[in-house]
Amino acid sequence: MKITYDWLKDHLKTKFNETQLIQKLTNIGLEVESSEALTSDYDFFKIAKIIKTEKHPDADRLKVCDVDIGDKIPLKVVCGAPNAREGLITIYAPPGAMIPKNKMKLSISKIRGITSYGMLCSESELNLSDESDGIVELNTTKFNKKIGNKYFSKKQPNLIDLSITPNRPDCLGVRGIARDLASTGFGKLIDIKEKKIKSKLNQKIKVKINKEKNSGCTSFGSCLITNIKNCESPQWLKNKLVSIGQKPISAVVDITNYVMLDLNRPLHAYDADKINKGIVVRNSKKGEKFTALDNKEYMLHENMCVISDNLGVLGLGGIIGGTRSSTNLETKNVLIESAYFNPRSIRKTSKILNIDTDAKFRFERGIDPLSIEQGINRTAELIKEICGGEVSKIDIQKIDKFEKTKIKFNTNLFEKISGFKISIKQMIVILKNLGFEIKSIKNNLNLIVPSWRPDITQPIDIVEELVRIYGYDKIKIINPEKNRIKPTLTKSQRLFHFLQRSLASKGYFETITWSFTDSKINNLFKEQKKSVEIVNPISSDLNVLRNSIFSNLIIYLSKNLDRGFKDICLFEIGPIFYGSKSGQQETVIGGLNAGKKSRLSWLEKPRNVDIYDVKQVVVKSLEEAGFNPKSLFIDDKTPNYYHPGKSGRVFLNKGKENLAAYFGEIHPNVIKKLDLKTEAVVGFEIFIDNLNITRKSLKDQKSKFEASDYQKSERDFAFIVDKNFSSQDLVDIIYKVDKNLIKEVKIFDVYQGENIPENKKSIAINVTIQSMEKTLQEKDLDFLNKSIIVSVENKTGAKIRS
Amino acid sequence: MSDIKKIKEEFFSKLSSEISLAEVNQIKSDLFGKNGIISLEFKKIGQINESERKKFASDLNEIKNFLQGKIDSKINEIEELEINEKLNKEKIDVTLPSRSYQRGKIHPVSQTIDEISSIFSEIGFSVEEGPDVENEYNNFTALNTPDNHPARDMHDTFYLDDNKQKLLRTHTSPVQIRTMLKDKPPFKIIAPGRTYRSDSDQTHAPMFHQVEGLHIDKNINMGHLKGCLHYFIKEFFEVDKIKMRFRPSHFPFTEPSAEVDIGYEIKDGKIIIGEGDKWLEILGCGMVHPNVLNNVNVDSKIYQGYAFGIGIDRLAMLKYGINDLRAFFECDYRWLNHFGFDPLDVPSNYRGLSR
Repeated sequence: MKITYDWLKDHLKTKFNETQLIQKLTNIGLEVESSEALTSDYDFFKIAKIIKTEKHPDADRLKVCDVDIGDKIPLKVVCGAPNAREGLITIYAPPGAMIPKNKMKLSISKIRGITSYGMLCSESELNLSDESDGIVELNTTKFNKKIGNKYFSKKQPNLIDLSITPNRPDCLGVRGIARDLASTGFGKLIDIKEKKIKSKLNQKIKVKINKEKNSGCTSFGSCLITNIKNCESPQWLKNKLVSIGQKPISAVVDITNYVMLDLNRPLHAYDADKINKGIVVRNSKKGEKFTALDNKEYMLHENMCVISDNLGVLGLGGIIGGTRSSTNLETKNVLIESAYFNPRSIRKTSKILNIDTDAKFRFERGIDPLSIEQGINRTAELIKEICGGEVSKIDIQKIDKFEKTKIKFNTNLFEKISGFKISIKQMIVILKNLGFEIKSIKNNLNLIVPSWRPDITQPIDIVEELVRIYGYDKIKIINPEKNRIKPTLTKSQRLFHFLQRSLASKGYFETITWSFTDSKINNLFKEQKKSVEIVNPISSDLNVLRNSIFSNLIIYLSKNLDRGFKDICLFEIGPIFYGSKSGQQETVIGGLNAGKKSRLSWLEKPRNVDIYDVKQVVVKSLEEAGFNPKSLFIDDKTPNYYHPGKSGRVFLNKGKENLAAYFGEIHPNVIKKLDLKTEAVVGFEIFIDNLNITRKSLKDQKSKFEASDYQKSERDFAFIVDKNFSSQDLVDIIYKVDKNLIKEVKIFDVYQGENIPENKKSIAINVTIQSMEKTLQEKDLDFLNKSIIVSVENKTGAKIRS
Repeated sequence: MSDIKKIKEEFFSKLSSEISLAEVNQIKSDLFGKNGIISLEFKKIGQINESERKKFASDLNEIKNFLQGKIDSKINEIEELEINEKLNKEKIDVTLPSRSYQRGKIHPVSQTIDEISSIFSEIGFSVEEGPDVENEYNNFTALNTPDNHPARDMHDTFYLDDNKQKLLRTHTSPVQIRTMLKDKPPFKIIAPGRTYRSDSDQTHAPMFHQVEGLHIDKNINMGHLKGCLHYFIKEFFEVDKIKMRFRPSHFPFTEPSAEVDIGYEIKDGKIIIGEGDKWLEILGCGMVHPNVLNNVNVDSKIYQGYAFGIGIDRLAMLKYGINDLRAFFECDYRWLNHFGFDPLDVPSNYRGLSR
């Protein structure tokens, strides 16, 4: 909503200045978005003095003037005005300025061979008056010392742009804003004496509202004005509209716009001669068409509220009129409509047809149902004044009676909600100023809500009005108590935050990417998951919810590679989706690592990143989070976006109950498809929601501490096993040979090649043996050695390497 | 001069010259070996007449100890020299780079969420969460924003079905609904998370972050709301004084509603929070609307309280001088490195929010 202080003063008598106004508006919830001079167009015009005039050598009626515009050197301006003369103080428009009357932009130009730098203006050209016979003559004594100054700088009122919240339709008119201001004591609301139409003429165009289910119109007021002479609006009206950035069109249209902006009363003017046999307000039929004032043809659905005549749809009630019955400068007879349209109906229709107009914006928020007559009275008065004509009686058709809302307000509620007190007397003053009718009975106020406040329906709304007008700054600060009843984070939230930092501590950069992504890329990582499409995506490459963290992360990996980064570690912790129902999501950490380790190192040999880098990240993070790495179980079944031979999945235990993670090289096909320019890409996914919480309480956090002081021995073994045999099993078997004596099993070499049969590999293992009770004898150790060899050979078919 | 004194002097001078470790060892064995010179002298003790024996033995012992000491210190001296020489040879260029390591970083939004949680933790809020995909009821209707309410226009919602029943939450407020439906009052929660609106330009991203706050109990009023937010803003921006302004506004799910501005000024191109005469809107809040409480079966005659919603990304931008919202989600390695936080910088109450 745009206003000027000048316009506001039509309704508000106040002594405060504009800065105070802006402050006040904001304080009562009418937020000022901006306050600035409307356009800079007017800034161009300068006060100038003609120093010398000469006759134009090639044109009798033109003069070449030397003009002082406050600079050191006077300018040459060619001028045709008869009154251009030495010593005249006038208004100068430089090149670049736009002439308000004809919207022409000036440039330096040659006029009959003489270059003219700008132009001297008439009042008419500046829209100051109709005077066009000569250039402006300014009073010498008044303006002599102002040569070079802007002419319009102070005259143009600031345009105040308000952001009116959807609950306040009453403030979509200047008067409503004035009323709100007055109720705070910012000024006095000026009474306007409504001039009621006194006419004996009947409104001859018959209007009927069809009573239908979900009818969008409950009352329709109209008035016929005949024999008018539509014309350009008078200057004051044009100025009003221009001052808030509206374009004047013709008197009839300008008047309806003015009344809407002034009183928040949308109206519509029909050329009465174009209405065929009376008006019917009804629900539309499917497929009906009409051309609206925006010159678009609309195909209507069923049950939209239309204004129609015998020939069909004239307009969409409360939203937009049609071209068929529109007024123009030739219009002789005009029918003014002032109606009430239901907000729901307006909103539904405009949403389907995608139309946004000033009228729609107001009706969907709720127009004062009792403003019908006021709107017509004011409009008719202005039309008669400007365009002449005879005004008919007002005709009002109704299918529903409006009842004002009644609220019983217990004044104690105010302090209970706001935390501070004001007297009942003060409450009554505020509410009265806002237009409430009040009966007070002790602590209760029986209130009748003004018809222009559809937002006020219950006692809490009254509290808001009172706090708002009394001042939010009066609310006291009650400092918060520092006590905690519940732990801040749940265990799983703690795990989330822990793992987040755990990953970052391993050299990975945390990223946040969209939850939606490009389905083409998502399909590479989607597996069997259901695709979750967005009906109205912001762009076609963000059209599905991601089924994997990789769906976005890999795009950004690629972008960073393209930026010239070679060695990159990125991760994200966030939701992935497996269905469109609420809750069909899980939290996953996804990480990608590309390039080399120790690139350009003087100390270490560079190598490509590999699966064991990401395996380390996964296992270490899980261990840091409290999971015993020895109980992790790993196999090689992974989704198909991983390298089938170089990827693994991690379970928290052998039972394979909870899938904890995937890790491995990204499948070469994926790298190829996305054209990732790097030596190697490895990645991992950790499924946080599958990690059951480890530590229950501090008490059972750790087992009893036991350590042996007896001598420990180490033995090395090398077994030859099948190439595909998993070393994890070998380690497991050895541990199981004697759980008490075998403390540690370490793989220190894996070898394939010379001396080892094809399809076999040799795994070298170091076993640490120690007893809790005694120093082991050689025979004990020999026995254990043999047991290890026999166990391994029997259970796996491996052979000890001699 | 007796023999043993000669021995002492001879070997003392030998040990005083520059000799190798092997030579010292040779001397040691020459003197104290089985047939060493000193060992032989000790064997002579029995043959010496009684009158001189005592003195001889005492002199001999003294010489033995003297030479023994000399040998030990010579060995030490030589070993030390050798070590020093070895160390000297081992000297390297300590200014060469260390073994390479990669520093990881925490995203500024995550850091900010941790800071926010830490502050609200201190005054007794716990953290709740809700799903990103919401139903129409939780996101709008239950929050007193019925179908066809103009406020829905401001939400540019992403839908997941044609009936507009499933959607991406447009704010974190549905977590209020879920929390209140799940438990019984009192409630004192914050709910940070991802939110979505189909809006994308220089200052809007289709996904952003909000933190919701909800405090419902008996007798919680607007003074508590003001106090809570005043505390939060002061702590968050880590300033002693804060200029804060409550301004009436409208949200369907709160009544009365307010927007909160903080005072700021620009000094040397940098924004200073808490001073100056410019105002910056940073959050929306209000007293939970009785209709909302009724929708979640909380008796609005007994319980009342406040709710607020804060844009996390915007807070992070203000606090850490980030001027482009879109960059948060573009994952530029340089940006992440520049604005990211060290994982060891865990915001906490006792240690302070930031370094």
